[in-house]
Amino acid sequence: MELAEAIILSVLSASTPLLIAATGELVTERAGVLNLGVEGMMIMGAVCGFGGALYTGSITIGALCGIIAGTAMSLLFALMTLGLAVNQVATGLALTIFGVGLSGLIGASVVGEQITAAPHLHIPGLTDLPLLGHVLFGQDAFVYLSIALIVGVWYFLYRTRAGLILRACGDNHVSAHALGYPVLRIRLLAVMFGGACAGLAGAYLPLAYTPFFIPGMTAGRGWIALALVVFASWLPARLVAGAYLFGAVSILQLHAQGAGIGIPSQFMSSLPYLATVIVLVALSRTRSGGSTAPAALGTVFVPDR
Amino acid sequence: MQLVLEKRTERSNAIAVISPLIAIALTIVTMSILFALLGKNPVTALAVYFIDPLTDGYSLQEIAVKATPLVMIAIGLSLCYLANAWNIGAEGQFLIGAVAGSWIAVRTQGSDAGAWVLPAMLVLAAAAGALYALIPALCRVKFGASEILTSLMLVYVADLFLDYLVRGPWRDPNGYNFPTTADFDPVATVPTLVEGGRLHLGSIIALVVVAAAAVLLGRTIKGFEIRVVGAAPRAARFGGFNANQLILLTFAISGALAGLAGIIEVAGPIGHLQPGISPGYGFTAIIVAFLGRLNPIGILIAGLFLALTFIGGEQAQIAMKIPLDVTKVFQGILLFYVLACDSLILYRFRLILPTRKVARGAR
Repeated sequence: MELAEAIILSVLSASTPLLIAATGELVTERAGVLNLGVEGMMIMGAVCGFGGALYTGSITIGALCGIIAGTAMSLLFALMTLGLAVNQVATGLALTIFGVGLSGLIGASVVGEQITAAPHLHIPGLTDLPLLGHVLFGQDAFVYLSIALIVGVWYFLYRTRAGLILRACGDNHVSAHALGYPVLRIRLLAVMFGGACAGLAGAYLPLAYTPFFIPGMTAGRGWIALALVVFASWLPARLVAGAYLFGAVSILQLHAQGAGIGIPSQFMSSLPYLATVIVLVALSRTRSGGSTAPAALGTVFVPDR
Repeated sequence: MQLVLEKRTERSNAIAVISPLIAIALTIVTMSILFALLGKNPVTALAVYFIDPLTDGYSLQEIAVKATPLVMIAIGLSLCYLANAWNIGAEGQFLIGAVAGSWIAVRTQGSDAGAWVLPAMLVLAAAAGALYALIPALCRVKFGASEILTSLMLVYVADLFLDYLVRGPWRDPNGYNFPTTADFDPVATVPTLVEGGRLHLGSIIALVVVAAAAVLLGRTIKGFEIRVVGAAPRAARFGGFNANQLILLTFAISGALAGLAGIIEVAGPIGHLQPGISPGYGFTAIIVAFLGRLNPIGILIAGLFLALTFIGGEQAQIAMKIPLDVTKVFQGILLFYVLACDSLILYRFRLILPTRKVARGAR
């Protein structure tokens, strides 16, 4: 029972950065913008978040630094793809290369430092309940925030007028423009939201997951978050399921390695990446009819006047 | 007053020629600021980066050695990108090629195998790279799965697989537990062009690849199909070109070239298989492809330029204690500027003056 609880707890914290980053990217893509720079924004969020927490001693300020860093990176992306109508795929790659390099550069001075990880909630009585006490009432703030975030995004996208307009921009920017909606401004906000989420997701890693920073510590999580959005067919509810599934796979391989089941650790470590490929293939195949992707995803828009 | 982007009526050839130069100039300005922020003298740093490697014979050879894999991979990637197929997993194909070729080298180690070993290694590496690249291509063509994500995921898998081999079954028993194979036999090594030099046969192969790509794109129907499928998919459909087949073809070619580059790197400058055989060649090659405007000759020049940044970065680290990550930052910034400047080939800026304010107010 102890082990089961430990596994659930570790799955939750492994899934949280994926969920936060994928939530942001979901909104960005729903507005019709494909930002492949999630990995770069995340690693910048990680290094700035860690730096902020290290120098101020506050996890909250660390998280804010992560959010600011991610947003700043996304503004660079927006300047290129929305301002200059540059190809989104190529710009996203550039953002990742740039972010990985810059984070290594500014992170060199904080490698080896350690902080106190974000505290876990403790409600006397509730948290100590057997079975689900720790799972439901004993998490760090980021875990609850990630749930609130995805619920909020669902409500925004499907229950508000602004969400409808955002989805319209993602499905047909020409029509949205013709109706008088400021397509580029809406997309800018969506890209910034995606950047803020990616930055926060990156900051989660050194602030709560492992209390130190190492270069490249995002280890492809940004790319997995991108795959999750496809996995979820751009639907918030499925995104939650997908994020926890992927968190479970990555924890499963750690426990399997710990149990020493005789499979080389490298094969177990490659499981999350292989799972991503398999899920993408399986999902794209079973989907009947046309794609569920936003129709204008990844296309540039230059308003004519 | 408003600054807006508008489409040019026709693409500007003048800007197409000078845009890479503008991009490089802007990058150098940005880097100077970055060096100043790091507390280094920008002029000295730039000299160490871009001038010093050009002044001695050893560094010049080293530039050619580093440019070899970059150019070979970028040529393959440019075919993919021209066909609007996004292979970003060249790093993984590079590693798998290195692994497959090394298999022969490891198996024939210490035997009296003859001169067939190296050619066999090159062929097997190219085949393995092509097959590895066909996985994402097939996933895209058969199941509609995004080749961007699948090809990238396979990079991590290839990296871990190589790591397993050199720590496990292929580890050199006399290697003091270092994760590396034994040094390859002379028959399994890419020969150097000059006795005692660094320049090796791979650079010649890279030049042949550049020439072949130029012929393919400029002089053959297949090359024309690749360009049309990417630039005008509708026209390509009307023309009866098979887009799926072209995705498979361009992925296979780029995988083969990346695999070949991988084994040449391992059997040439490195001499054995070990983790970290690539300082990110597969990703830097993406920049090379774009900086070279997806054109074979352009890629050759861009490859040499980016190789210069690798060497310059190493020298700057030694001479000025500038972290090696500066090279990656530099490459990222360069790609941003290249893409931004390229945008001006198709678009131009126009300043809109606030003349219709009255009309808007009346509405």
